[in-house]
Amino acid sequence: MKYKNIPDQNGYFGDFGGCFVSETLMPAIEELKETFVKMRKDKKFQNELKSYLKNYVGRPTPLYFAEKLSKKFQFKLYLKREDLCHTGAHKINNALAQVLLAKKMGKTRVIAETGAGQHGVATATAASLLGLKCRVYMGTEDMRRQSLNVFRMQLLGTEVIGIDSGSKTLKDAINEAFRDWVTHVKDTHYVLGTAFGAHPYPYMVREFMSVIGTEAYKQIKKAEKRLPDAVIACVGGGSNAIGIFSSFIKDKKVRLIGVEAGGKGIESGLHAARFAGGRVGVFQGTKSYLLQDENGQALTTHSVSAGLDYASVGPEHSFLREIKRASYSYATDEEALNGFSTLAKEEGIIPALESSHAVGYLISHAEEFKNQLIILNLSGRGDKDVIQVKEIMENMQ
Amino acid sequence: MNKITKVFEELLKKNQKAFIPYLTAGDPDIETTEKILELYASNGADIIEIGVPFSDPMADGPVIQAAMERALKNSISLKKILNLVSNFKKKYSTPIILMGYLNPFFSYGFEKFAKDAKASGVDGILSVDLPPEEATPFYKALKNQEIISIFLATPVTNQKRLHAIQKFAEGFIYMVSVAGVTGERKNLDEGLIEKIQEVKKTIRLPVALGFGISSPEMIQKYYSHLDGFIVGSALINRMENDLKNQSPFEELKTFFLSLAKVCH
Ligand SMILES: Cc1ncc(COP(=O)(O)O)c(C=O)c1O
Repeated sequence: MKYKNIPDQNGYFGDFGGCFVSETLMPAIEELKETFVKMRKDKKFQNELKSYLKNYVGRPTPLYFAEKLSKKFQFKLYLKREDLCHTGAHKINNALAQVLLAKKMGKTRVIAETGAGQHGVATATAASLLGLKCRVYMGTEDMRRQSLNVFRMQLLGTEVIGIDSGSKTLKDAINEAFRDWVTHVKDTHYVLGTAFGAHPYPYMVREFMSVIGTEAYKQIKKAEKRLPDAVIACVGGGSNAIGIFSSFIKDKKVRLIGVEAGGKGIESGLHAARFAGGRVGVFQGTKSYLLQDENGQALTTHSVSAGLDYASVGPEHSFLREIKRASYSYATDEEALNGFSTLAKEEGIIPALESSHAVGYLISHAEEFKNQLIILNLSGRGDKDVIQVKEIMENMQ
Repeated sequence: MNKITKVFEELLKKNQKAFIPYLTAGDPDIETTEKILELYASNGADIIEIGVPFSDPMADGPVIQAAMERALKNSISLKKILNLVSNFKKKYSTPIILMGYLNPFFSYGFEKFAKDAKASGVDGILSVDLPPEEATPFYKALKNQEIISIFLATPVTNQKRLHAIQKFAEGFIYMVSVAGVTGERKNLDEGLIEKIQEVKKTIRLPVALGFGISSPEMIQKYYSHLDGFIVGSALINRMENDLKNQSPFEELKTFFLSLAKVCH
């Protein structure tokens, strides 16, 4: 099957995607689809968004040559510095655009789910900037391990609701956000935080994240006069990865590598590597790879990083893997922690635990990338994670 | 003609409404579900809706969420539910609808599921997260086995959506009473009656009201506008009380009879 840049009218990338929501949400989904398609071509909307991305978020973010790390492992590594975005991760690119879209639709309230808290903080920030009410759902397990971000959201005037059901993580927060949305569907927009969920979300979020790839493409050509051999990104729902991949998909020689959360290893069952351990299912609005038991119940997942700790993955990634345009691997908790501390020591950059999976994967496979030109999407900074990592390190001693 | 349509036609002749109680399969265990099914069937249920537990019931409120969690803890599965239906159907002819989320059906395999469901006596399926745009593969598999597909309409469903629903809907329209999740409510959506009339004008099927129904009085209030009433969370709440008090479902039965009475 050939890669098409745009999903079909029902939101399918090949066999993956679609729109599986209850009837109550269908009018809101259709309104969102129409508004998004209109605003994509609306000069005023695009200029407004561009202006915010430049002056408020701080785009373009640098493409930084990681010289010491490159020398140490004998590759040539560039980091796309999404960690330098306002609020500390790529999530703001999408959150800001969606809140702006919500305002255009005349909505007065936005809701969001969050795992690591980065999307919650980004949505809270955009809501405060644009003057909308905001509520964020977050699993209580995630609130515990990302407590700093909970407080940040509260400072921004957002109400954070802890979810104590299921695995108390991202998927449970998404369930609750959907329940809120069906109840307040007339005045509320649901700012979904990753390239997942019912059509048009996976497509829309990719479009809002593609600014990462557009910049990186130009930047690497300017710096190296050529395209990279590989682009590497961590994959939770898949938004930072699809954002940077999107510009390189057409250049078949560029390897695209997504890194999932390997947790305590695939054999242990304690992981969130959907491609390594899952099969196709329909979950939270879309058809994609899903970690599920033999009866089709979603499994609980494990990862040291809250942002990758999720049972399914964006449908476009399933499609890219199916047509063999991208490949997906994983990094374990241990490899991620190694990536975390190595990047801090070698480059003076503390990465988010999510992004640390990409770094950890690269270090573990350094031999394979010898002498190659690589772009790694450093999706976020690790300030939110330092308390958790400190605890882990103390426990290891 | 399918059995569900027949039930509505016969009730219409008698000027009565269909009473459709819900329960979650396997909550808290299969034995209890068997008992409650018998209680429902022998005390005036016209159709019974059996909830298929799912790990992530996005359209359900706290009561049914908890019911599904209890059932899953005791490893309920679609296979066991079909077995349950099959045993029930040996004694009762009450039509059975399975209501759930798509993935357990998808995981089972649509064709295989439809065949097994037919063999065990299932009459209709409602998959909450399956809008008509996505319905074709499952609908066809069910149709081949003469199992009907039931669809939702809601207070926010517009004309365009009603036309999409019309293409697949059979048996009756499940009218959701509020924009929201399942669970008992004191009041239902304000424009509900107008919406019911709009649905009836567009789709030539009986309409049954569900989500939020909490009392016989509420059924009375909407009685003349509808063809049936579905009650879920309110029954589960009574069942839970009975389990807690170790009473042989007395509160549940009294409440159940009061609902059946206003419908008939
Ligand atoms: C810094 C960072 N990177 C990556 C992710 C994973 O999300 P996605 O796969 O959508 O980029 C998160 C999610 O919370 C995050 O905070």
